[in-house]
Amino acid sequence: MPNYRIHKTEYIDETKRVSFKYDGKTYFGYEGDTLASALLANGIHLVGRSFKYHRPRGIVSCGAEEPNAICQIGSKKDLTEPNVRATELELYEGLEASSQNCWPNVKFDIGGINNFISPLIPAGFYYKTFMWPKSFWKKVYEPLIRLSAGLGKSPTEPDPDIYDHKYVHYDVLVIGGGVSGIIAAKMAAKNNFKTLLVDDKKILGGSTIYQNNESIKIDDKLSSEWLKNEIQEIKKLSNLTIKTRTSIAAYHGYNFLLAKENLTDHLPEEKKKNKIRQRLWKIRAKKVVIATGSIERPLVFNNNDRPGILLSNSINKYLDYYGVTCGENIILFTNNDSAYETSISLHKKGIKNIIVDLRKSASSELIKQAENLGIKIYFNHVVTNTFGYRKINSLEIMKLSEDGNTTVGNKIRLSCDCLGMSGGWTPMVHMHTQSGGKLDFRDEDQVFLPKENSEDQISVGSCNGDFDLENIIDKTVNKINKFLDIDNQDYQDTNIICSKENDKRNLWLLPNKIPLGKTKCFIDFQNDSTAKDIKLALKEGFRSIEHVKRYTTTGMATDQGKLSNMHALGIIADTAGVKMGTLGTTTFRPPFTPLTFGTLVGRNVGKFFEVVRKTSMHEWHVENNAEFENVGQWKRPWYYAKNGENMHDAVQRESKAARDSAGILDASTLGKIDIQGTDASEFLNRVYTNAWSKLAIGKCRYGLMLNEDGMVYDDGVTTRISENHYLMTTTTGGAANVLSKLEDYLQTEWPELDVYLTSVTDHYSTASICGPNSKKILNKLFPNLDLSDENFPHMSFKEDKLENINCRIMRISFTGELSYEINIESKYGNSLWKMCIEAGKEFNLTPYGTETMHLLRAEKGFIIVGQDTDGTMTPSDLQMDWIVSKKKYDFIGKRSLYRSDTIREDRKQLVGLLTDDPKEILEEGAQIVSDVKSKPIDMLGHVTSSYFSPNLNKSIALAVVRSGKTMKGKKLIIPMENKNINVTVSDTIFLDKENKRLNA
Amino acid sequence: MFLINCPFCGERDQSEFSSGGEAHIVRPKQPTELSDDEWAEYLFMRKNIKGIQFERWNHVHGCRKWFNVVRDTSNDKILSVYKMGEKPPVNYK
Ligand SMILES: [Zn+2]
Repeated sequence: MPNYRIHKTEYIDETKRVSFKYDGKTYFGYEGDTLASALLANGIHLVGRSFKYHRPRGIVSCGAEEPNAICQIGSKKDLTEPNVRATELELYEGLEASSQNCWPNVKFDIGGINNFISPLIPAGFYYKTFMWPKSFWKKVYEPLIRLSAGLGKSPTEPDPDIYDHKYVHYDVLVIGGGVSGIIAAKMAAKNNFKTLLVDDKKILGGSTIYQNNESIKIDDKLSSEWLKNEIQEIKKLSNLTIKTRTSIAAYHGYNFLLAKENLTDHLPEEKKKNKIRQRLWKIRAKKVVIATGSIERPLVFNNNDRPGILLSNSINKYLDYYGVTCGENIILFTNNDSAYETSISLHKKGIKNIIVDLRKSASSELIKQAENLGIKIYFNHVVTNTFGYRKINSLEIMKLSEDGNTTVGNKIRLSCDCLGMSGGWTPMVHMHTQSGGKLDFRDEDQVFLPKENSEDQISVGSCNGDFDLENIIDKTVNKINKFLDIDNQDYQDTNIICSKENDKRNLWLLPNKIPLGKTKCFIDFQNDSTAKDIKLALKEGFRSIEHVKRYTTTGMATDQGKLSNMHALGIIADTAGVKMGTLGTTTFRPPFTPLTFGTLVGRNVGKFFEVVRKTSMHEWHVENNAEFENVGQWKRPWYYAKNGENMHDAVQRESKAARDSAGILDASTLGKIDIQGTDASEFLNRVYTNAWSKLAIGKCRYGLMLNEDGMVYDDGVTTRISENHYLMTTTTGGAANVLSKLEDYLQTEWPELDVYLTSVTDHYSTASICGPNSKKILNKLFPNLDLSDENFPHMSFKEDKLENINCRIMRISFTGELSYEINIESKYGNSLWKMCIEAGKEFNLTPYGTETMHLLRAEKGFIIVGQDTDGTMTPSDLQMDWIVSKKKYDFIGKRSLYRSDTIREDRKQLVGLLTDDPKEILEEGAQIVSDVKSKPIDMLGHVTSSYFSPNLNKSIALAVVRSGKTMKGKKLIIPMENKNINVTVSDTIFLDKENKRLNA
Repeated sequence: MFLINCPFCGERDQSEFSSGGEAHIVRPKQPTELSDDEWAEYLFMRKNIKGIQFERWNHVHGCRKWFNVVRDTSNDKILSVYKMGEKPPVNYK
């Protein structure tokens, strides 16, 4: 096996050999490697196939910008993870990784045929080709695309790992632990700012940490040595927290940032167990220093995507940090000085290399150094083509014309096994723009830079466009002193020597003799978009960068265009003949690098997914086979399945028992608002549609609450407990919103009213007993209470004691039966319930759930707000005009009840429906029409509630129908998938119109 | 994610609050006297300004108090907070 690890470095522990599997084959690396460096050490460049053309692709970079080396980790159904960048994945014993997007395998790939038909796959290919015929989409196109263009496989079972969230507050947050970040963190922490420094890598130091060029020195030391000292220093600072392996995912307003900390991803499986895998830090910082550095740009030339073509600086890092050379015969193709550092490093390690430089000439310390070492340099030359299928083996260069627009002279063919490219550097302004910052364009080296730095946020170092070390350190120190309003002198006497770049030449799309249509100049490696695609999009009329991006899919892959955005912009600007700075740029959205869902949800999984509210009777319901229904956050018994009944049978039994003898419902979840104050009556007058001033103490009244737009908002019974004291009930789901709305009116519109609102929903538990035998059961529970209709009539309230515990008893009914609601302090709720059940035994007192409650009230035509109403129903639409006071001058929503739209007679109105076949049960939500023949079919309304009533022995339904009030007796049709159901419009009250049962 | 300085509780995370839209829209004292158009003006019409906007917030998961906020909607900066019934700060008029 070839070994490309050619020297020892302090970052690779050669005493710790690590074995791992890649595409099923076992390899070895060392502790300190990433998967990418270990693969390169084994001579492996080819790691995947491109998305569209399935061209062989190799490792390009050494960081988060990697477009090609994305892999699938593991194979277990619950733990496998797609789209992991090999350049960031730390190697561990037993790691299993495989290449993505290549079937059947990376070396022989059937989709590679796309490469030969590529003239047929232009920009917007997917939009253009797969649009028609329409019927082909589901059965032909989609499966085909999915099969051949897999971007990894999702796990198919729940993630067993543990994730965590943590909130922290700091005075200063420094993002990025390179040289400028370290300086900023040190200055802040030494001046009494509580500081957090985060860096996504395993160790601090950025790219300076492996810098070993003699022409770059600080205080007479190699810059890397100087920086190591600084790192030792800051580790001693007590108010500085350092988080490595931590990357900022999102920078929101008000300096609220999300950071992902990797805790176990670098550990072998047995050491990961029972540990938190990743932690999401939710950071509030008073001030934020962005020191995220810059990314090297590729160059856009024909066949610039072959395996073995990397970013020049990445070649340097693999060599000086990991001890691995990317080839033995390397060519560096550049337009700037930084490739010369790589060249000199390679030369020192004995790796043969030559330089192709776009610039006509250049003169800096680095260039002199390279020349003195005898490194061959081709100035004013351009790479025009590369060769080699699975790996580059040679390339062609040509001389550039004076203006750089064409090539001149003869092709020169050079052999190589690796090509490093450097098109300059792009400052990582993502964090700055995510926070809302704007950008400026610097023409000189064609970079976008953070515009104004606010008082809360600043960019320093190369992400601010400062590239040479002297500039970086001096500017960082000055800016941080100003930003933090301090006078730190630590770097006053620091002596920096570095090479200064004097010459620049930038060409976004490099010239070629071959017509563009016959070249493959890739811009976005992962999504396979080429310079040709961008030009085609412009030709077809796209102008906005956001449109071109989407049409060509440039910058839309998992790397979010970190390498491609600038070139796309540059080519658009050149083609359209506009200045690049005026084009604007695409928006950088969070997350900066992909996050796992696990990190986002943290501990809120399984039973912690949402808050669950249970009544004090909950345990009894569980023990008695209740099936539960979620109502808001509440768990309410839906029905009680007795002896293995299904839902229908249970509901039929429960509702029959409630009408024949007695039923009991846990009504604790209804919203309860305690209203007190001398203006309580006036307040109720204003919030309900009906009149409240004359309600006697000890009496209850049903109320309907509207929105200011006249639409029904909530309903419930309110009881006058004493002169200035009421207890309001609301719907279960509406409780919080009603309270909020009432507070709004009290605090903002009517602050003069003396009224106090308190939510007491959780303070009281409620057992509601209904049915002809309910009075007898009440009598057993409260033997001293006079239950006669004279003393305790319908819609009234009494207080009595149950074994010394005070109870509030309301005689109110939502079922149409004689009915009592017993309220008790919640800690006694369970006892109350059990005592009711015990007392009701001889009367077949049957617990019933929400489904039976809904059925019983539907028999009586009582509405449920939110089921029979949807925010577009007025009281009149519900045929409830009787509850709207004509006398009151004003109440919430009154004025809207006679707007031109609300008095329309053809509004949808609540009606009853009876099916011609009494056994046919309608589907809630089903559409209602009068004629199925004329098309388009006119929709009149829909079914809102539907049940089979055991008490009436027929199907009943409530519905909203256009002009429904005038349609009683009319035949309508409910068209279903396989039949039409005939119905007749009826009254909304199906049972006991005379309300005899209330006083049975 | 805003940090909102509740005039009763101090600085709290935005997740504790709910927004109540434009501030200083007074409910008409005599709605019955209004034409449909005048009532619709009160009911539906909102300014939705890009720039300095006066708006209502409720510290719903805190003290439950409603209060007013001056916010620049172009950069989300909250410039001032003040209690219900207090006059808006004049320097933002
Ligand atoms: Zn508050």
